[in-house]
Amino acid sequence: MKFSHRRLTACAAVVATATLGLTACGGSDNGSSNASSGNGGGGSSSGTTVTFIPKNLGNPYFDASDKDGGKKAVEEFKGKYQEVGPDTATPDGQVSFINTAAQQGVKALVISADDPKAPCSAIKQAMSAGTKVVTFDSDTSADCRDLFVNQATAEGIAKTEVDEIAKQIGDTGEIAILSAAANATNQNAWIDLMKKDLAADHPNIKLVDTVYGNDDDQTSFDKTAALLQDHPNLKGIISPTTVGIAAAARYLDTSSSKGKVALTGLGTPNQMRKYVKDGTVTSFALWNPSDLGYLAAYAAKALVDGDITGKSGDSFTAGKLGKFTVGDNGTVLLGDPFVFTKDNIDQFNF
Amino acid sequence: MTSATATAEAPVGRTYRPYSQPWWRRVLLTREFAIIGLLVLVFAWASANVANFNSPLTVYFLGLDNAEIMLIALPMALVIITGEIDLSVASVVGLSSVMVGLLHQDAGLSIPLAGLIAILVGVVAGALNGFLVAYVGLPSLAVTIGTLALYRGLAVGLLGTTAKTDFPDKWTTLAQEHIGTSRYPVIVIPILVLLVVFVWVLHFSSFGRGVYEIGLNDEAAHFSGVNVARTKFVLFILTAAVSAFAGIYITLRTGNARGDNATGDELKVIAAVLLGGVSIFGGRGALHGVVAGVLLIGVIQSAMRLENQTVNVINIVIGALLVLSVMSTSVLAWISRLSARRAGLGNLRRRQAVASSSRTTER
Repeated sequence: MKFSHRRLTACAAVVATATLGLTACGGSDNGSSNASSGNGGGGSSSGTTVTFIPKNLGNPYFDASDKDGGKKAVEEFKGKYQEVGPDTATPDGQVSFINTAAQQGVKALVISADDPKAPCSAIKQAMSAGTKVVTFDSDTSADCRDLFVNQATAEGIAKTEVDEIAKQIGDTGEIAILSAAANATNQNAWIDLMKKDLAADHPNIKLVDTVYGNDDDQTSFDKTAALLQDHPNLKGIISPTTVGIAAAARYLDTSSSKGKVALTGLGTPNQMRKYVKDGTVTSFALWNPSDLGYLAAYAAKALVDGDITGKSGDSFTAGKLGKFTVGDNGTVLLGDPFVFTKDNIDQFNF
Repeated sequence: MTSATATAEAPVGRTYRPYSQPWWRRVLLTREFAIIGLLVLVFAWASANVANFNSPLTVYFLGLDNAEIMLIALPMALVIITGEIDLSVASVVGLSSVMVGLLHQDAGLSIPLAGLIAILVGVVAGALNGFLVAYVGLPSLAVTIGTLALYRGLAVGLLGTTAKTDFPDKWTTLAQEHIGTSRYPVIVIPILVLLVVFVWVLHFSSFGRGVYEIGLNDEAAHFSGVNVARTKFVLFILTAAVSAFAGIYITLRTGNARGDNATGDELKVIAAVLLGGVSIFGGRGALHGVVAGVLLIGVIQSAMRLENQTVNVINIVIGALLVLSVMSTSVLAWISRLSARRAGLGNLRRRQAVASSSRTTER
C-alpha cells in the first residue's frame, strides 16, 4: 500500500473523483434548470410550485396519487409539479427532503407522512418560511400542517362495506369478519361501527364470528378455511384489511364455496383484479388515490392563493371534484370510499 | 493477508510516507486530501451554481442531517482500521432511541438520566459485540450481522409499531438550536469534542498506534506488546456508546422514539468511512479523511436534492463515487506499474515499488 508513486496515485484520484462528481452534478443542472427557476417564481397561482413527498418512491399507490392525480391537478392550474422522497419509508426519511423544500422556498408541500411526529419540526421550519403544507393519506400531528386531506371516515368505510355485503347476499344470512390483528385500532373502530350499522339497518344479517389473520397472508388464508368449516351456512365475509381480503379471495378461488360465499372489504385493485374478473369477488372498496392526490393539490393551491386558511368552514373548489369544505381539525374529506367492480377495475393500477 | 506488505514495507505500525519527499508533499498528496479537495471543489461549485445552496440554511441542515452519521463514523473508522467492522450501529441507535422513550415516558425519568441509561445499554450492547469478537475470536462481520438483527429486534419488540412522542420542548428545541446566532446547530459541539478525543486517541496515543498495528498484522501487534483483544473490545464498546448517543440525538431531534429509527444507517456510516480513505482491509486511514468523507456525501446529497434529483439518482452518484474511490488505489497502482515498466527498470527503489504494487493488486 505504501509505494513511492503515492503522488501520482493521489493526483489521479483527485482527477477521477472530481470528474465523476462534477459531471454528475453538471448533468443534473441542465436537466432541471427550468424546475429550479420555477421555485422562485411562485408568487401567483399560475406559477405555484407544489412538491409532493410520498412515503417512499416507487410505491404504486403513491404513483397513482402523485404522478396521476396530483400532477393532473397541478397542470390544470398551471403550477409546477415536483415529486421527491426517500427510497424507503423510515420515520425520519422525509426530513431532509422537507428541509430542502424549505431551502428552495417552495410554495406548497403535499406530504403523506411516514410518521405522525418525526417530520414535524422540519415541517414547522418550512411553514415558518411561508410554505403551505397539506398532508394526505397519513396525517401528522395537527399543529404541523395546514390541512389534512382525509381519504375516508371510519363511518364511511364501515357503511360502504356493510352495504356491499348486504347487496351481495340479499340482505339476509350469516356473515363473518376476517380482520387484521385483534388489537388493530383502525379495524376495531370499523368493526364496532359495522356492528352498529348491522343492528340498526340490517336486522336479518347475523354476524356469527370475527377472526383475526394478523395481516399475515398464510394466517388469513387458514382462518378463512376455518371460518367456512365452522359455519356451513356462511353467506358472506367482510375483510377490512388488504392482506386479509386477498388471502380470503385466494382461498375462495380454489374452494367449493367459490361463487356461493360473498367476499368484500378493503383491497387494492392489483391484488384483487384476478378475483374480480373470475367472479370470486363482486366488489370491494378503497378510496381512489388519484382523486386523493388531485384534491390535495387543489387544497395546496387554495392555501397558497389565500382562498382558505385551513380553519373550519373554509371552502374551495377542486377542479372536476367540485366544492369541498374544511371540517374540524383542518380536515378535508375526500368522500365515501370508492367501490371497485369488474367494470372499473382496469382503470386502476396500484 | 496483510503480513507480506506489513513486514516488507512497514516495520513500524504506522504508515509513514517515504521521507525522500518534502514534508508538504507527504501530508498533502494523500487520499485524505484528495477527498478534502473534492469536498472543497463540490462545495464551491454548488455554491456558485445550485440555486439556494449558498444560504445559511444549507450549513445548518448539513449539520443536523448528517450529525448521527458523523458521530458514529468517528469510532467506526477506528474499528475498520483494526480490520474489523461493526454492522450493528444503526440497531444500537434504534435501541437507544426506544430506551430513552420508554424510560422518559413510562418510567418518568428525566432526559439526562434516561439518556445516561440508554448509553449504558449501548455499552452493554457493544461489550457483547466486543466480547464475541475479541475474546471468543469470532469474525466481526458474522457477529455484528447477528447483533444487527438482535438489537433491532429488541428495539422493535419493546415498542412494537407505536412511538413515544411526548418529549419536553426544552430538549427537542435544544437538539436543533443554533449555536448563538451562527449557522451551526448545537450538535456540532459534541461532534467537535468527540472529534478531538478520537483524533488524540488514534493519532497521538499508543492505543492508536496499536489500532494501526492490529490492522496491519495482529500477530505482529501482539508480539510487539499490543493488547489486541482489549483494544478491539474497547473499540466495540466505544462505537456502541457513541451510537447510543446518536440515538438520543435522533430521538430528541425528531421528537420521536421508535424501534425502526435509523434503519439502514450502518451502511451510510461505513460508506462515508471508506470514502474518507480508510482501508477496509485495515491498517490505513485517518480521521480528517473520514470527516471529509461524511461531509462530501452530505454536500453532494444536499446539492442534488436542491436540483430536484430523485433519491435514486443521488444514490447512484454516491455509490459510483465510493466504488471509484476504492478502486482508485489499485487502478493507479496498475498505471504506475505500467509507466515504470515503460521507463525501464531504473534504480532499486523503483523496482521495489513495482514489486510492492503488484502485490497490492494481487490481493
